[in-house]
Amino acid sequence: MTAVTVYVPRDAAALSIGAEEVAVAIARECSARGIELKLIRNGSRGACWLEPLVEVVTAKGRVAYGPVTVADVPSLFAAGFLDGRGHPLFLGPTDEIPWFASQQRLTFARVGIVDPASVADYVANGGYQGLRRALSMAPEAIVQAVLDSGLRGRGGAAFPTGIKWKTVLQQAVAQKFVTCNADEGDSGTFSDRMLMEGDPLCLIEGMTIAAVAVGATQGYIYLRAEYPHSHRALNTAIAAAYQARYLGSDVLGSGKRFDLEVRLGAGAYVCGEETSMLQSLEGRRGEVRVRPPLPAIEGLFGKPTIVNNVMTFGSVPTILHQGADFYKNFGMGRSRGTLPLQLAGNIKRGGLIERAFGVSLRELLYDYGGGSATGRPIRAVQVGGPLGAFIPASQFDVLIDYEALTAIGALLGHGGIVVFDDTVDMARMARYAMEFCAVESCGKCTPCRIGSTRGVEVIDKILGGVESERNLALLENLCDTLLQGSLCGLGGMTPFPVQSAIKHFREDFRARSKTPLKRAG
Amino acid sequence: MLPSEIDTVRRIVADMKDRPGPCIEVLHSVQAALGYVPADAVPIIAEALNLSRAEVHGVVTFYHFFRETPPGKHTVSICRAEACQSMGADNLVEHAKRRLGVDFHETTADGTFSLEPVFCLGNCACSPAAMIDGRLYGRVTPERFDELVAEKKQ
Repeated sequence: MTAVTVYVPRDAAALSIGAEEVAVAIARECSARGIELKLIRNGSRGACWLEPLVEVVTAKGRVAYGPVTVADVPSLFAAGFLDGRGHPLFLGPTDEIPWFASQQRLTFARVGIVDPASVADYVANGGYQGLRRALSMAPEAIVQAVLDSGLRGRGGAAFPTGIKWKTVLQQAVAQKFVTCNADEGDSGTFSDRMLMEGDPLCLIEGMTIAAVAVGATQGYIYLRAEYPHSHRALNTAIAAAYQARYLGSDVLGSGKRFDLEVRLGAGAYVCGEETSMLQSLEGRRGEVRVRPPLPAIEGLFGKPTIVNNVMTFGSVPTILHQGADFYKNFGMGRSRGTLPLQLAGNIKRGGLIERAFGVSLRELLYDYGGGSATGRPIRAVQVGGPLGAFIPASQFDVLIDYEALTAIGALLGHGGIVVFDDTVDMARMARYAMEFCAVESCGKCTPCRIGSTRGVEVIDKILGGVESERNLALLENLCDTLLQGSLCGLGGMTPFPVQSAIKHFREDFRARSKTPLKRAG
Repeated sequence: MLPSEIDTVRRIVADMKDRPGPCIEVLHSVQAALGYVPADAVPIIAEALNLSRAEVHGVVTFYHFFRETPPGKHTVSICRAEACQSMGADNLVEHAKRRLGVDFHETTADGTFSLEPVFCLGNCACSPAAMIDGRLYGRVTPERFDELVAEKKQ
């Protein structure tokens, strides 16, 4: 009898709601019944509302059950789930679940499907085709392909990736670096984490292509310390890539060297800013550097350095494998390709949705998300992390596109969408934005370091009924100072959530008759 | 520091000092070994890395992750970021503080639990999130929190 293949995710989100216990229970039950089991710990397919999502390989392909708890395991066996039979948790063939079927997965094509630790599985599912193509091309041609694809930095700044690479390529210096910003600190974002845990070789391949393109021999992944699961998954995949000679002194027999290692951050949000990240990679305080010089000219240890986000590198293998035109044909306007969006917070069906640019916020919130988790009306969403603007329900028809969001005074950032129902207190959210800035400021720029603390105090005065109108005007003024007087996005963008909260939800900024807000932290 | 701890710090810096930009790597290793970065470790690290004490102290204090006091037996981190707030993280935080009888950055009198705030654990579709000793938990209600604390106490 051949072994039955069962997939139970090892993604951190799935583990956080019981996937490990489910995996153990399935293995135990199989062993008790004398059934030979091949248990594969995949990444998450991204439907967090169906996790832990258990898949069984049947004659008709992979079928899914979810969300599975340990208590469900005996009844799953009794119902014959190993043969793909019916059960209240039966979801049918995984690929036909509408939530997945309507997505356009390029970067996440393999996440949840492959064994993240297996190079063979990666290659069998189209992996390393991009690197193979790149190795047959001139460096200029690789950079041109990235330029032609229209790929823009997925970390939030949306700077054309090809231009960055071209600048590094043009530097006639022996030592160059490729660094990946995996300091995914924005609340509501987890796409980097999911790729690193579900298909880490995709990131590794993207970075290797970048190294080949610009002539770099050393790469670093700057990973936040809050992601221990990603850390393990990356180290496992890097070791496997070395063993299969996709990393090291002779990448795929090309004679080119590329070494890669993971460096851990230490819980500083500002290190997601690229110059601060470079400082941290050098072992220093993560204080923002003044630009110029650009990192592409003088970056890590003063050498030309590519700094890209996990999602940016994760898009590169597709571009090299399928061609720039293929990638460019997705999207709208100047936003080309696809974006892995993350539906988070108070949402019924949260998770990761990869779609071409141009999908509407409304479709994401209601068609995919199914409305709020609490069943109450959605009052506001914050797109793009703690520095993103709050968007009111009247603007939910906005399209996911860098320029369209900018046009309504918002930003796309890293594609995280945090949902709030009608119980949210927007003045409290504005206060939190200032408080967060005060906690996370690197201290270099005065408006950010001190203005954020003053911001908290001013909001407390407004809500405490101390000259509310005058202090509201002062708050606007303070926001303007932060906006104009900060070197990086932390101070420069903290005003966005505050100003948008005032603009769209001014009624929340009236004085409270009861006790004033007390400090939450 | 105990003599054995001094030896540990010395061994860690000796192993790592030739790596590029090693200070944070060294601090991570020291904290992994000792649970925190003792003030006495700073001059040892500084000397071995050819940095000033102020520079090393500056790095230790810049990053939230590094702690200068010994942690409790278990470290409980609760996410305070927006996605978790939208699902009741503020209530969870208040509950946790009451339940453990400590504020953030404090350790219970019996040394069992340290309570820390964290800004995003990347589990934003399963909010509110918490981490205990490196293990992630999602959809943590106050009741679930009490269960987890009780499990750890056993």
